[in-house]
Amino acid sequence: MRRLPAFAFLIAAVTTSSAQINLNAAGATFPYPIYSKWFSEFHKAHADIQINYQSIGSGGGIQQLKAGTVDFGASDMPLDDEKLKDMGKPIIQLPTVMGSVVPAYNVPGVSGEIKFTPEALAEIFLGHLKKWNDKALTDANPAMNLPGQDIVVVHRSDGSGTTFVWTDYLSKVSPEWKSSVGSNTSVKWPTGIGGKGNEQVAGLVRQQPGAIGYVELIYALQNNITFGSVKNAAGNFVKASLQSTSAAAASVKDMPDDFRISVTNAAGKNSYPIASFTYLLIPTQWQDQAKKNAILSFLQWMLDEGQSMVEQLNYAPLPKQVVRKEKDKLKSLQ
Amino acid sequence: MWAAEIATQRSMETDLTNPQPTLPKLELPVRARSKPTWTAERQGSRLQADNVFESLILLGALSLVAIVGLIVFELIHNSLPTLMKFGWHFFFSNTWDPVGGDFGAWAFVYGTLVSSLIALVISVPLGIAVAVFINELCPRSLRRSFSFAVELLAAIPSVIFGLWGIFVLAPLLRSYVEPFLAEYFGWTGLFSGPAYGIGMLAAGMILAIMIVPIICSISREVMLAVPQQQREGVLALGATQWEMIRIGVLRNARTGILGAIILGLGRALGETMAVTMLIGNSPDIAKSLFAPGYTMASVIANELNEAMTSLHRSALIEIGLALFIVTLIVNACARLLIWTSKRGMPARMRA
Repeated sequence: MRRLPAFAFLIAAVTTSSAQINLNAAGATFPYPIYSKWFSEFHKAHADIQINYQSIGSGGGIQQLKAGTVDFGASDMPLDDEKLKDMGKPIIQLPTVMGSVVPAYNVPGVSGEIKFTPEALAEIFLGHLKKWNDKALTDANPAMNLPGQDIVVVHRSDGSGTTFVWTDYLSKVSPEWKSSVGSNTSVKWPTGIGGKGNEQVAGLVRQQPGAIGYVELIYALQNNITFGSVKNAAGNFVKASLQSTSAAAASVKDMPDDFRISVTNAAGKNSYPIASFTYLLIPTQWQDQAKKNAILSFLQWMLDEGQSMVEQLNYAPLPKQVVRKEKDKLKSLQ
Repeated sequence: MWAAEIATQRSMETDLTNPQPTLPKLELPVRARSKPTWTAERQGSRLQADNVFESLILLGALSLVAIVGLIVFELIHNSLPTLMKFGWHFFFSNTWDPVGGDFGAWAFVYGTLVSSLIALVISVPLGIAVAVFINELCPRSLRRSFSFAVELLAAIPSVIFGLWGIFVLAPLLRSYVEPFLAEYFGWTGLFSGPAYGIGMLAAGMILAIMIVPIICSISREVMLAVPQQQREGVLALGATQWEMIRIGVLRNARTGILGAIILGLGRALGETMAVTMLIGNSPDIAKSLFAPGYTMASVIANELNEAMTSLHRSALIEIGLALFIVTLIVNACARLLIWTSKRGMPARMRA
């Protein structure tokens, strides 16, 4: 009985000496399904590396990275210079997957695809365009019989990367939006009702006749929600899909070295205009060399095998030139 | 001599508003106070184990108080940036702009107050009526099932109420109730604008359903504490059953019922999930009850997770601090009122 503590200590010492590397991460909720799959697949390939991810939101991830409670973070919004300085340590931001945001609607009597011009979307969300049969919408949809129903705007009430992408796009296409509302994960909406999460926005749109809201493409595809096409910078009405999302990133001529770029309203005739990257925030200086090697090997794996798993979960993979550039960046970190 | 005193005092007992029958004052011997009164009277012999046990229990009790203190400290500490920057103006300003960094909580305070008020208006008559029914009018055989059903309502998680609200209550309001109200009562200005279904009215109604069990069960307890003599006395003077309930029971229990109402208000002020799902989450102040609104608890639940700037976070935590203080005061007052009205109850029924 008296030997029990010594025995227990011996067992503990033996089990911990197998050099298990644990990495903790936290951040965005949008890519959580794919990250979760990646981390478990990576662990199967490298049994000594275990990565834990908590999807507490982009803001939470940035906070925890700054406080040092997690090893790396994830964010839908790339950090601007002010936030990078605030972080206190050098960070690189690596895009991992792409997603899009689509305009979902519920117009009584209309089951087809409505075409939205950027100006129409901005006016709707600013509250200036109030009826479905307004000239801006009927001009773009001459074959459709849009009713005189009131437009009910539905937006996100919780802070979210989806909101950031949507407001970033609206800021680019509408100077009035840019000056009066701006782009952020949480903004001061001029009009509309708020729902918590993609689920609630979709639910509200489904139940309210005449409603229009914005949801993630993945969510819309998995739940068979009617969504419309948006006119891109080249003038074509493009419906969001995995291909048109990747096309948006591929059309970017020069990706900056720090990967901080917004691909909304991208050029290119097949690009979907409301697409974005989601980022992993990796510190460049690590105390523990083993952890640094672990994260670098994960990132390498992510760019090779990881990218082939994303389409199954309805995420758009990174375009090839972005992958190449990221691999070069990783080499510079070794 | 005794008989005369008792006779005069008995004649004062016919005062129906006084629930406590007056008894002749007894002279009790005064206990000699040799020890300070805060030392517990130790019974039996003591072992070391008794002292250890007592210390552990004391530690547990103090830790609860310490937790509350820590919560207050953390709330104040984390809301210092906005406390410094906006001061009192924070609670009276209407803008909520995370991008521009301008925060003002008046819309949320208004939303919380209005939704709770609607809830009280609906639930107070309902709750007291149900309590009266179960206590006084219900056949004895059905009493247990009714009270069980009402208390079951209190056990339902608030998310379920929210879901039920979205899928059942909101469409009902949108299709039938709101058009009806707009047509016949639209002149008041309270029922105008597009009928979304969700909005202040829906949130108020779901809160009412959630606080009815609280008002009902506490009112029942308080009404049971009214002595049977009161009811019998009123009946003996020729009251009808309703008059007996009104004069003999409700009037005597009114302090406790007020306490029950305030306790229900305390719950309504802090209720988060069900309200977030039904109130429309839009920080606007509108006269119409059909319009969407926003409450203090909802904005914290919605925005705290992804709040990017420390000013945004601090504004949300300051709203949390305000909510904490208000709920603390409301609940303390309620408990005090209920305690004063249950003092006449026999000890076995008081708990």
